[in-house]
Amino acid sequence: MTVSLTIENLSAHYGSTQVLKDLSLSVAAGELVSLLGSSGCGKTTTLRIVAGFLQPTSGHVRLGDRDLTTLAAHARDIGLVFQNYALFPHLTVMDNVSFGLKQRGVAKADRLVRAGAMLERVGLSALADRLPSALSGGQKQRVALARALVIEPPLLMFDEPLSNLDAKLRVDMRVEIRQLQKANGTTSLYVTHDQEEAFSISDRVAIMNAGRIMQLDTPEVLYQKPANAFVARFVGFENLIPLTVKARDGANVTAEAAGGASLNLSQDIFGAIPDRFMLAARADGLAVKAVAGKGIAATLGTRTYLGRAYQYQCSTAVGDLVANGTLSEPLEPGTAAVLEPVAEQCCILAPEA
Amino acid sequence: MTARIHPVLGILTGIVFLFLLAPLVIIVGAAFSDTSYLTFPPRGLTFHWFANIFAIEAFRTTAVTSLEVAFLGTGLSLLIGVPAAYALNRYRVELPKWLATLFVLPILVPEIVFGFSLLKSITIGLGLPVLPSLILGHALLVLPYSVRVVGASLAAFDFSVEEAAISLGCPPVKTFLTVVLPNIRAGVIAAFILAFITSINDVSVSVFLTGPGISTLPIQILAHMEQFFDPTIASVSVLLMLVTVGVMAIVEATLGLTFLTK
Repeated sequence: MTVSLTIENLSAHYGSTQVLKDLSLSVAAGELVSLLGSSGCGKTTTLRIVAGFLQPTSGHVRLGDRDLTTLAAHARDIGLVFQNYALFPHLTVMDNVSFGLKQRGVAKADRLVRAGAMLERVGLSALADRLPSALSGGQKQRVALARALVIEPPLLMFDEPLSNLDAKLRVDMRVEIRQLQKANGTTSLYVTHDQEEAFSISDRVAIMNAGRIMQLDTPEVLYQKPANAFVARFVGFENLIPLTVKARDGANVTAEAAGGASLNLSQDIFGAIPDRFMLAARADGLAVKAVAGKGIAATLGTRTYLGRAYQYQCSTAVGDLVANGTLSEPLEPGTAAVLEPVAEQCCILAPEA
Repeated sequence: MTARIHPVLGILTGIVFLFLLAPLVIIVGAAFSDTSYLTFPPRGLTFHWFANIFAIEAFRTTAVTSLEVAFLGTGLSLLIGVPAAYALNRYRVELPKWLATLFVLPILVPEIVFGFSLLKSITIGLGLPVLPSLILGHALLVLPYSVRVVGASLAAFDFSVEEAAISLGCPPVKTFLTVVLPNIRAGVIAAFILAFITSINDVSVSVFLTGPGISTLPIQILAHMEQFFDPTIASVSVLLMLVTVGVMAIVEATLGLTFLTK
């Protein structure tokens, strides 16, 4: 049974503070969507509203054709995996996993079989009689995962499930979570503040800020074609350069930055370029050239060795920029240089209001 | 490796223990004295004063009353205190801060004032009979222990465990009984014991609430002492000590004493 999750025009308040602003989102059947953002962006609030632990001020939550908005939390039939595992401390691993089945009135023999099979799948059969206090962090999270999966929920939700694990385990666990989720085809909502985790585990990612979704797209599109300045900065475009179009010649556009630097950009690469726009570039997207040429005049500052390139802090007429130069010609701080956008690695954004 | 103890610290510790234990030794000694007045060191050896407790009806009836009041009063305080402690912890952010203070007021207000105000409000104000007054009064007296001790357990309880149970289909009340309660069990038992002992020992509240024909053991002990200065009082005290030691021994055997102090 795979169904879609639809969140419509959700608003929520804590006291007089509005934490969700007219948020809409849909997760297709069998899809894994992540809510990604820093703390306070509203991602956990969204998850807690879908779980039924918080009431929205307005808006609706639908799972398939069921409207969950006013349904009690225990009647929602959603599997939840918590950051701190939230295992029942007084119950064994087996009893933890079969808890949800027991609530559903599944007979004891059947419970043991199904919970046992689920423990087998997460590789914890040998620990069935242990108490949670006798497990490692990774084992606890596997039990939590098994406990949420065994009830075969139409929707699985993860609230920063890997934050308490060490780096190596985090990578292993996210692969494991993804495999189990795909194998079961369970529609999933995944909350995290870790960009790498969100991008590696999700079909689509919603980048959130201040109670709104800034962009919802596949990791590839988010990484290469951010839709706005917030998302661009979030995914690592360090340089946002405001530009104004001075001349158009077919597909070629000549644009000028503050301080008079002039750039030639092709609409064949960037698509339609508005009269006022921002050029977003990672350090890799701005090439440092020691010879005079078309680009942004810069004075080089601190040089850092990155292995694949040298990175320079540059001061320019449009502000401080970060750019990379080739390994073959290291340049000294104070050198006058030109920063040349690498078109394929840059993108065009609407100017910030 | 043994830590070296400073001699002054050792002496001070010894003095503290002496102050704590000496009165108890004197009482135990006096209880067995073959004299008709309290004396130490005891002269002779007799169990007469222990037999005397059981011979005096007032000791028997007040002991029963004390137990009734302690059990029912403590039970009532837990019925109010456990849900209150739960609400205070679960909704710590939402609830006003003074609410937690409200529940410890019976400890903060001088007991004699508390007892008198109970007399005015319950016995006279509500016109309740003596026994219900005593039970209600003791329930309020020990309520701070219920709320604080259970609250301490709940403070260490991870409420996302409760949410996990609810998400798995367990309704809220059932979740409280099958998931929350088993995890704060030690706190509830500790609260019960502390509240029970406080109730059993109480004089200042009981003295206002006891009435004609109905009294508690501590009040009876005081009344007896006003008339007879004999070792019966010492033997009652010894029995009370034995009961306390017995309770502690059971606690130690089942839960370990350390849980009372954590």
